[in-house]
Amino acid sequence: MPTFVYMTRCDGCGHCVDICPSDIMHIDKVTRRAYNIEPNMCWECFSCVKACPHHAIDVRGYADFAPLGHSVRVHRDEEKGVIAWRIKFRNGEKDMDLLAPITTKPWGKHIPQLRDAAAPSQEMRNSQLLFNEPKYIRLDEGGLHTLESNGLKFKAGVYY
Amino acid sequence: MAYKTVVEDNIDVLVVGAGLGGTGAAWEARYWGQDKKIIIAEKANIDRSGAVAQGLYAINCYMGTRFGENNPEDHVRYARMDLMGMVREDLLFDMARHVDSAVHQFEEWGMPIMRNPKTGSYLREGRWQIMIHGESYKPLVAEAAKKSADKVYNRICVTHLLMDDSKANRVAGAVGFNVRTGDYHVFKSKTVIVGAGGASNIFKPRSVGEGAGRVWYAPWSSGSAYGLMIQAGAKMTQMENRIVLARFKDGYGPVGAYFLHLKTYTQNCNGEEYESKWFPALSEMVGKAYLDTEGQHLSHKPIPTCLRNHAFINEVNAGRGPIHMVTMEAFQDPHLEEIGWHNFLGMTVGQAVLWAATDVNPKFENPELTTSEPYVMGSHATGCGAWCSGPEDLSPPEYYWGYNRMTTVEGLFGAGDAVGGTPHAFSSGSFTEGRLAAKAACKYIDDGKAAGIRVSDEQIARRKQEIYKPMEHYKVYRNEITAGSVNPNYINPRQGLDRLQKLMDEYCAGVTVSYMTNEKLLHIGLKKLKIMEEDLEKVAAEDIHELLRAWELKHRHLTSESVMQHTLFRKETRWPGYYYRGDAMKLDDENWHVLTVSRRDPQTGEYTMEKAPCYHIVGKDD
Ligand SMILES: Cc1cc2nc3c(=O)[nH]c(=O)nc-3n(C[C@H](O)[C@H](O)[C@H](O)COP(=O)(O)OP(=O)(O)OC[C@H]3O[C@@H](n4cnc5c(N)ncnc54)[C@H](O)[C@@H]3O)c2cc1C
Ligand code: SF4
Ligand code: SF4
Repeated sequence: MPTFVYMTRCDGCGHCVDICPSDIMHIDKVTRRAYNIEPNMCWECFSCVKACPHHAIDVRGYADFAPLGHSVRVHRDEEKGVIAWRIKFRNGEKDMDLLAPITTKPWGKHIPQLRDAAAPSQEMRNSQLLFNEPKYIRLDEGGLHTLESNGLKFKAGVYY
Repeated sequence: MAYKTVVEDNIDVLVVGAGLGGTGAAWEARYWGQDKKIIIAEKANIDRSGAVAQGLYAINCYMGTRFGENNPEDHVRYARMDLMGMVREDLLFDMARHVDSAVHQFEEWGMPIMRNPKTGSYLREGRWQIMIHGESYKPLVAEAAKKSADKVYNRICVTHLLMDDSKANRVAGAVGFNVRTGDYHVFKSKTVIVGAGGASNIFKPRSVGEGAGRVWYAPWSSGSAYGLMIQAGAKMTQMENRIVLARFKDGYGPVGAYFLHLKTYTQNCNGEEYESKWFPALSEMVGKAYLDTEGQHLSHKPIPTCLRNHAFINEVNAGRGPIHMVTMEAFQDPHLEEIGWHNFLGMTVGQAVLWAATDVNPKFENPELTTSEPYVMGSHATGCGAWCSGPEDLSPPEYYWGYNRMTTVEGLFGAGDAVGGTPHAFSSGSFTEGRLAAKAACKYIDDGKAAGIRVSDEQIARRKQEIYKPMEHYKVYRNEITAGSVNPNYINPRQGLDRLQKLMDEYCAGVTVSYMTNEKLLHIGLKKLKIMEEDLEKVAAEDIHELLRAWELKHRHLTSESVMQHTLFRKETRWPGYYYRGDAMKLDDENWHVLTVSRRDPQTGEYTMEKAPCYHIVGKDD
């Protein structure tokens, strides 16, 4: 498929349509539910699977090399900042639960609004520095690396 | 077609494609241009678009100068060696001296970066790579870009750049269409930063049928960064330097953490180490400077990625495949086993799906590896892209025309895959390059360089007609046949893509020919590409979704032609393992220790090729 949608779970909300980077989750005009219109352009990136509020989307491995009978499910929780995976082998021998953090801080709150930051001085504009540098590069008060600061000489035209 | 025309005027900085490069650009542009109008036009939804849509488990470019680990010049030497001498050292040094600040910023925003409990520094996977829990890498940087931009237009496929009608060779914005509504979008802008990403699916993939989407680089990486810039007449460099990756078979799961962190290794069907066997002969081919088989154990110079591919490919051709990754030892440690699985779940879920489907438990079975089809991109272990200006304090005159990361088209900048000669930037480096381009773009405007731009109504109308032509074509000819997809007057985008992949594979060194080509094959390939260009005028799109695929195909076609021209021009085998010129098997430093530069004339479609000096601004080992 590789993604497919369970008929009884989908309510046609369109979150998957909104997120799929490949533009292949579409709403079927007759059933008013989502489906994958172009399976051979699906990356199994799971973006739609993670976005579906009803866990209506699942993945069935690519038909040209993946046999049937396996399952990889996911639940991503932005509030709690974690993602949970469950992987089941087709022979039933392995069944894994894995959990990982996705963020260490409340979502987006620690990203500053640069429009409100103190405007860069002319000196900053003329320098090679970017926002919040050199503070973000070095702990000491040293400036940005240049060839000279690193004890190097410009070697234009040297071939070896 | 009766689609609405939507015009966004008076833009200062237009970011086309907001992957890692584009988000970095939008974010930083706000700082240097607090009163400027910053607009993003993105083909998908910036929350999950581009190569990092699934997330990443490692940041592959981090110096750690703060922890006394590496300096920018170390990275230049490393990337130069990996690319067999061919890099833009000014751009590389520049990226490397800023990249740490991007990473520290990510951590401040909430990105979980693993730390080494002993040193307090970030946990390293290798000398340049640090480990993260990066499932939400893309939503996180998208959040930053959204905070900075005045407006984000999602689902706009940008098809062409707008050019200034009052001054030749100056950019004036971009046009495209909305993939949902079909509306025609016109962005009039003083500067454009292109971050529209590299190209997968130019070469025939190993997978077929339903699995054709399982490529290593995302199937939506349509080479638009190259297509847009080539079309506008920007000079390109290193387009022959396509990449082939060694990955887990079929799923294309990455091997970096496996090799570097889990300390797994490879062996042939007999359980033997095979790599070193191929190196003595290879060292004859590439010379001691790049592969010193005797001195390697002393110098500890990493072996270039392409040369390791060479050993892999030759071992398989000698009948000693499959090549296996020995995971059975490392996976006995439950902690390492978990990392092995997390590594996929964080960036290539398809590999986990595949192992679950085929009952491959790497704890008890060593999985197979493969070499991928080639990809064209500028930020991984390869450096395709536009010929850009470097920063004023580092660049020799040939590399410097005023504004950092500006292409040879005025006001047009690049970031990430778009910029040529800057391999090993990866995600963090691409984001950093976007930041650098944004600062330069703001300066370009402040210097008054964008004054007097004029975009004629004629140009806007002409592009509109061009964009929707595939749908018109479909409407006109569809009813000549009863049903189905076979029509004497058109091909559909999928049929076109299949043709492109077949000819690139067979004539330009894809997998089925063991990455081999020669002058004669390339000439045939170029001829076929030219004929295909005529057929692309007749590509037919049934609906807006197919129109998207049609334009992706056209961008892929432009990229392919550039790859073919460059491969023909460089008469040597510079990167054995990525591709071979059968008629010039040796690396030839005497004639080809140079960067290749091309320009496609936007009016005639003719190519001019030139050699540019490859300056080594960082010494050998000082
Ligand atoms: C499987 C995989 C694993 C990787 N592992 C790592 C890793 O571990 N660590 C690391 O640091 N790097 C890694 N990389 C590399 C990293 O992802 C890239 O170097 C980086 O994303 C390149 O950034 P970019 O901005 O140039 O392209 P992208 O991030 O691909 O962004 C391109 C953007 O342009 C948009 N676009 C394309 N065409 C158009 C158009 N016509 N109009 C409008 N918008 C358009 C796309 O939708 C996308 O948003 C990996 C990549 C892959 C695929
Ligand atoms: S997100 Fe889920 S419920 Fe909503 S349309 Fe998609 S499959 Fe259906
Ligand atoms: S897995 Fe990814 S590519 Fe496939 S349908 Fe879902 S979002 Fe789209």
